[in-house]
Amino acid sequence: MIRYFPLAILIVWAFLALFSGILPLEPNTLNLSKILHSGETAAWLGYDDLGRPIWDRLAMGARTSFVVALWVVVISVSIGTFIGAASAYFGGWLDLVIVRIIDVFLAVPGLLLAIALAGIMGPGIENVVIALSLVGWVGYARLARAQVMSVKHRDHVIAAISLGTRPFTIIRRHLLPLISAPLIVEATFGVAGVVIAEAGLSFLGLGVQPPEASWGSMIRDGTRYMLVAPHMVIAPGVAMMLVVLSVNLLGDRLRDKLDVKSRPRDH
Amino acid sequence: MLNYLVSRTASAAIVVLGVICLVFMLIHLVPGDPVEMMLGESARPADREALARALGLDQPVLTQLGHYLSGLMQGNMGESLQYRRPIAEIVLERMPATVELAIISLVVAVIIAIPLGAVAALNQGKAWDYGAMGFSMVGVSIPNFWMGPILILIFSLWLGWLPVSGREQASSVVLPALTMGTALASILARMVRSALLEVLSEDYIRTARAKGLSERAVVQHHGLRNASLPVITILGLQLGTLLGGAVITETIFSWPGIGQLTIEAIQRRDYPMVQGCVLIISLSYVLVNVLTDFVYAWVDPRIRLGDEGA
Repeated sequence: MIRYFPLAILIVWAFLALFSGILPLEPNTLNLSKILHSGETAAWLGYDDLGRPIWDRLAMGARTSFVVALWVVVISVSIGTFIGAASAYFGGWLDLVIVRIIDVFLAVPGLLLAIALAGIMGPGIENVVIALSLVGWVGYARLARAQVMSVKHRDHVIAAISLGTRPFTIIRRHLLPLISAPLIVEATFGVAGVVIAEAGLSFLGLGVQPPEASWGSMIRDGTRYMLVAPHMVIAPGVAMMLVVLSVNLLGDRLRDKLDVKSRPRDH
Repeated sequence: MLNYLVSRTASAAIVVLGVICLVFMLIHLVPGDPVEMMLGESARPADREALARALGLDQPVLTQLGHYLSGLMQGNMGESLQYRRPIAEIVLERMPATVELAIISLVVAVIIAIPLGAVAALNQGKAWDYGAMGFSMVGVSIPNFWMGPILILIFSLWLGWLPVSGREQASSVVLPALTMGTALASILARMVRSALLEVLSEDYIRTARAKGLSERAVVQHHGLRNASLPVITILGLQLGTLLGGAVITETIFSWPGIGQLTIEAIQRRDYPMVQGCVLIISLSYVLVNVLTDFVYAWVDPRIRLGDEGA
């Protein structure tokens, strides 16, 4: 039973993200008589400082984190894999330059750079996606490069080259399928990292803007009323922890299943 | 050893130059007009031009980068728009608070992680192992901007034991250090566990046991000491995450370090300051990693000798 717990959490997360638009939720309805009320039958997670039902806002926050995580991971994986694979496949000066660029990116704390970039571009969900993708592709590029390096001398690749197959076809058809397992595992952990990073940016006021909800901005709003309404901080935090924990557990399981060697990661 | 020191320092210098260019270019090239951000959309064109000229923004980006680099060579990071003072001066004032918090967090992390990882490794596959690793998994999944407020709620508001924020009292450091330390400890504990497991299967451990050493001595003197090498590397790498996270943690606890300064600068649209802060934090990170490598080479002769042999 407990085996399916992470999967169940992620299904609920995805469901809320995809269908929160058509569910009968009222995340922006002000209920002045209910301000800071804690749980009751009508709204079991209580109300926030403007009298908005917290469960409904959690659902809206689920959508924000899901959309951002999906976009950032898709963009980062695509760009990173392309750059890393091309770098390893072509080698030479291109590889030298790209390795240097990757080294430099890795020398800057990712979250810090994302915070600075989001701050400069101004708030908004698109800018969060851009900022996190700008720092996110590097890890995938490094991984894809190392993987391609280890398989590019295999016989079927040499056969394809001697048949005159175009380089990008070789990368796409003969190399990518071989290196996809570690990238998938890395991308899974990447989802957890992005969920936390998005909430972190929103916590700092650099993410989605009111009245849109994000788990991070809900926590920030809640910290002002912690003594009288701790549920405002606890609810979004628990939601985020459950999602991140589930993604990490799933990533671990996926890694065992796909037999990817574990390695130190930083996120 | 000398060869290793020189080559490692040289490659770090190239990375440092790259980091400066990267931070500068990204901050100048991402969409978003600093002048408009500072003056608002309704500013008069003449004012905009004046500000752009004052900031040097009317020149090509590469020229600006050249000016910035030559300034840095002389220790000049530019002037803060908000404070009207040299950035280097302000950053130096804030540095001690951040360093203090980082070191104490690191100590907290090591104190938690080593016993936790060791207990897990010595009881592999048993309840203790699952407990310790479960704890670390949950720790990794709790972001510092939730951990911080929850710690404040429990220890400051409910129990009244520790101050909510600031740096006036000695006890002020406890909550921010716990916030950053536990997150780091969760990652470190896993590393300690896997490093120790690997070491404990080595021949010299069997030899140590065979000559009748107590299990405690085997683990302490032969196991943990050798397992510390990979853990030191991870520690150095994780410091980047720690420094990035410090930005948020310092903001939560109003800890007057560089992290808080960065967020202030972002909110006040003080771009030269943002750039200076990101640069200083990144450079500290590079420096720490070089030092980690030196420590590693000093502890493990295979690295420096292997390098000279190559």
